[in-house]
Amino acid sequence: MLISPPAAVEYIRFLPEIILSIFGTLLMVLNPLIRKHGSSIFGNISILGLVAALLGAIYADGQVGQAFSRMIVNDDFANFFRVLVIAIGIVIVLGSYEFLSRERADTGEFHSLILFSVAGQCIMVSSNDLILIFIGLEISSIATYILAGYLRDDRRANEAAIKYFLLGSFATAFFLYGISLIYGTTGSTNLTDIHVFLSSPSRPLLLVGVSAALMLVGLTFKVSGAPFQVWAPDVYQGAPSPVSAFLSAGPKAAAFAVFLRIFLTAFPSISHQWWPVVWISALLSMTIGNFAALTQSNIKRMLAYSSIAHAGYVLVAITAHSDIGAAAAMFYLAAYACMNVGAFIVVSHIAGKGEKHVGISDFKGLGVRQPITAALLTIFLLSLVGVPLTGGFFGKFYIFQAALQSNMIWLTVLGLLNSAVAAYYYLRIIGAMYMQEAVASTPVPQPLPRSTRFALLLPALGTIILGVFPSAVLDFAIKSANFLK
Amino acid sequence: MNLLNVLMLLPLAGALITFALPRKSPQFARLVALAIALITFAGGMALATNYHVSGTPQFVTDVVWVRSLDIHYHVGVDGIGLWMIVLSTLLAPLAMLASWNVITRRVNDFFALILLLEFALVGVFSSYDLFLFYVFWEVSIVPFLFLIGIWGGERRMYASLKFFVYTMAGSVLMLTSMIYLYTKVRTFDLTTILSALSSGRLALSPAEQTFLFLGFFAAFAIKAPLFPFHTWLPDFHEQAPPAVSMLLLKMGVFGLIRFSLPLFPVAARDNAPWIIVLAIVGIIYGALLALSETNILRLIAYSSLSHVGFMVLGVFTFTQLGMDGSVYQMINHGISTGGLFLMVGLLAARRNSTAIDAFGGVAHAAPWLSTAFLITTLAGLGLPLLNSFVGEYLVLQGAAEANFRYAVFAAIGVILSACYMLWLYQRLFYGAKPDRAYPDLDVREWLCVVPLIILMFWLGIGTQTFLPAITGTTSHLLDDSRQSIPFRVEAARAH
Repeated sequence: MLISPPAAVEYIRFLPEIILSIFGTLLMVLNPLIRKHGSSIFGNISILGLVAALLGAIYADGQVGQAFSRMIVNDDFANFFRVLVIAIGIVIVLGSYEFLSRERADTGEFHSLILFSVAGQCIMVSSNDLILIFIGLEISSIATYILAGYLRDDRRANEAAIKYFLLGSFATAFFLYGISLIYGTTGSTNLTDIHVFLSSPSRPLLLVGVSAALMLVGLTFKVSGAPFQVWAPDVYQGAPSPVSAFLSAGPKAAAFAVFLRIFLTAFPSISHQWWPVVWISALLSMTIGNFAALTQSNIKRMLAYSSIAHAGYVLVAITAHSDIGAAAAMFYLAAYACMNVGAFIVVSHIAGKGEKHVGISDFKGLGVRQPITAALLTIFLLSLVGVPLTGGFFGKFYIFQAALQSNMIWLTVLGLLNSAVAAYYYLRIIGAMYMQEAVASTPVPQPLPRSTRFALLLPALGTIILGVFPSAVLDFAIKSANFLK
Repeated sequence: MNLLNVLMLLPLAGALITFALPRKSPQFARLVALAIALITFAGGMALATNYHVSGTPQFVTDVVWVRSLDIHYHVGVDGIGLWMIVLSTLLAPLAMLASWNVITRRVNDFFALILLLEFALVGVFSSYDLFLFYVFWEVSIVPFLFLIGIWGGERRMYASLKFFVYTMAGSVLMLTSMIYLYTKVRTFDLTTILSALSSGRLALSPAEQTFLFLGFFAAFAIKAPLFPFHTWLPDFHEQAPPAVSMLLLKMGVFGLIRFSLPLFPVAARDNAPWIIVLAIVGIIYGALLALSETNILRLIAYSSLSHVGFMVLGVFTFTQLGMDGSVYQMINHGISTGGLFLMVGLLAARRNSTAIDAFGGVAHAAPWLSTAFLITTLAGLGLPLLNSFVGEYLVLQGAAEANFRYAVFAAIGVILSACYMLWLYQRLFYGAKPDRAYPDLDVREWLCVVPLIILMFWLGIGTQTFLPAITGTTSHLLDDSRQSIPFRVEAARAH
């Protein structure tokens, strides 16, 4: 194939990634130049870059098409997820101001790692080629491995980083092996070509099935779905809270986007082979996540198990292997990002220096001591429970609607019963905040800084808007889920 | 703007305002919240006077909420919803008055949550869209969660979490049924689904009907609560501030009538025998437990389990009288059990206890309070000329029409209710003179008590004020479901 030099419009279709890489590099360069600690200049630059990238993504959405020898596909689906992961990045950076100044760890490194990770996620969601997907996955993952161990002197953070790194590389190896097999079978790494090849009746089902299974292992690991979820509690507990917030939202959303794109673009013709496997994984994730979360007393660990359960809900949407399922997964990921990031940022705020106060009992009496923080956390928790008028409810409703549409009655019943079990452990936190009095050992939280307040108001607003006026996001998700055809 | 929408917007706006009011002057927050609740009640009265007896919903608003899923904001009032809405708007200001001085902590939040609850209740009783109904149904448990959790008794956290998780477990099964129905007809609109059913455009096989019916039933049976799904109820009432207990209206029974019966007429009839057995067991079991209870609030909770048995029995007799009676009992329950909770709240405020043996001889010290309590007690046990007599009589008559044995067993419950109520009254108000002063009713307390007592007599004597609207709706409901049964069985067979 003759490769012609890319046209100008192809750069526009790659605009968010370009902006993010430039700002990420800029921060690395500035890092040794600016020695003034405690300033928030790095954070401000980082926010600037992310906002520019967000605008870039919105602009790129007007230039739908492919780029760079069909490696990049700039469609509504890609831009939905680009906007999502970049927005997550913005909220995380805002929410980490407090953490960074508290731990005296405000460096350009932190922010450039966030930006590179977001750039990697943007590449993941907008590429139509397995090789580029892999590259994006690696860019995002390597940045997050480092972020997990960002506090070098903290032993738990180190443990988290090592675990995450070792298991993560292992999972990526599976993914890569799947790619190599599919390349050997079909002669291409382009998803559209693979789809065309697999639509012919003479496809070698066994080899394709094996490679799909290998990719499934890699992706299930990345989204922390069962049975590859064991890393998540340790990593989320050990990593600094803003990083846990990031891990549980951004990379997960991007991995789900890749999941959807690969399995619904390249492998729809063999869906009868993979959906039963995803069915089991979805049910296991929901059940293991929710039941393990019931007994946790460390709130970060509890949120980690809860995020496994929520990955299970999204897997239900994928099991439905339909357009509605894809749209439901997209909507849910947006809602989930809002509520989960919000909850983790509150945890980061309450945890205090060295993250010593992460027990549920440390939230006792918060409703009296900091009514606004408590009210915001309540919104996030009620959304995680799935109470109507929040994004979490509507997302869950839409997912199970997609599942029933595909006749998965048992998965729906078991999944929804799971969410009733889940209500208990979220309510325990609400109970601690409002129904119990603070005791002498309860830490007195610092006043809520303005940056953190913004970082909480944005996702809270998102949670409510997605719950009360879901139409705009829903219609866009439905429209962009058509990429499959 | 439609009056019904005003009735929903007012409490919602009121709740937000009360949350936002300065926390330094609780008295101001109380007054604002009460004023809004009273205006809403005036609106509720206007709703009742402008309602014309007929079988179709009135004050209808139908606008699209989520277009791609065809979810509508579709609300309206029928003869059943009407009285439940009026009852909600009446009980909310009374609950506020009753907790006026009792609630001293986080006053703004308490009054705002009462208004929020009122908003959700009006929504539950007026939704004609399944999705919308689910939204209000679930939203209504959130204010309860906080009202019990923050201002409740010693074991408030346990009680409120238990209530929430129980209700949620039932609700999600109902949600499954709703979504399944949606995948069949592509709409959540109750009237559209009903017309699809009666025209045969939507044909559900008997198995489908049964499972869908059971999904809805799970939610309603837990919420009502029907024996054996009742175990959250005693904890709820024991821990909740009595004024909050007043507002636990019988949403579950309402849901059975509004949704289960018309949507799944065949399944409802097929499953009626065992449901009736559960109802009768609930009537007697509740009464027996009430007899052996040592805490006033738990006693009333068990008595309300017994009442719910009556309501469910009435519904599943599929007779005009039984249905009317059970709707009547839903209203009565709000008035007389609500009244009991209110007065126990008054007693508890004087003694700081709800154990029966903490009281005795109160009649000497506070004659007016005891008289009010006596009237409420008699109303609760079904004395003629008072409200419950009408409802219980209608239910028993309906039950006798369906199967005489039902009426016999249910009547045992009536006898037992006289036993536990009168015994309770005796233990609380007679006996040795109390060891302390019991102040009699003050002005505020009179204001709480009098409207309820007037209504007890009104509902007992002036039944024609209330019954025509109820009958208009229930007869329509029964006709509809009766007509469509043979047709649908045929259609299912063809299917």
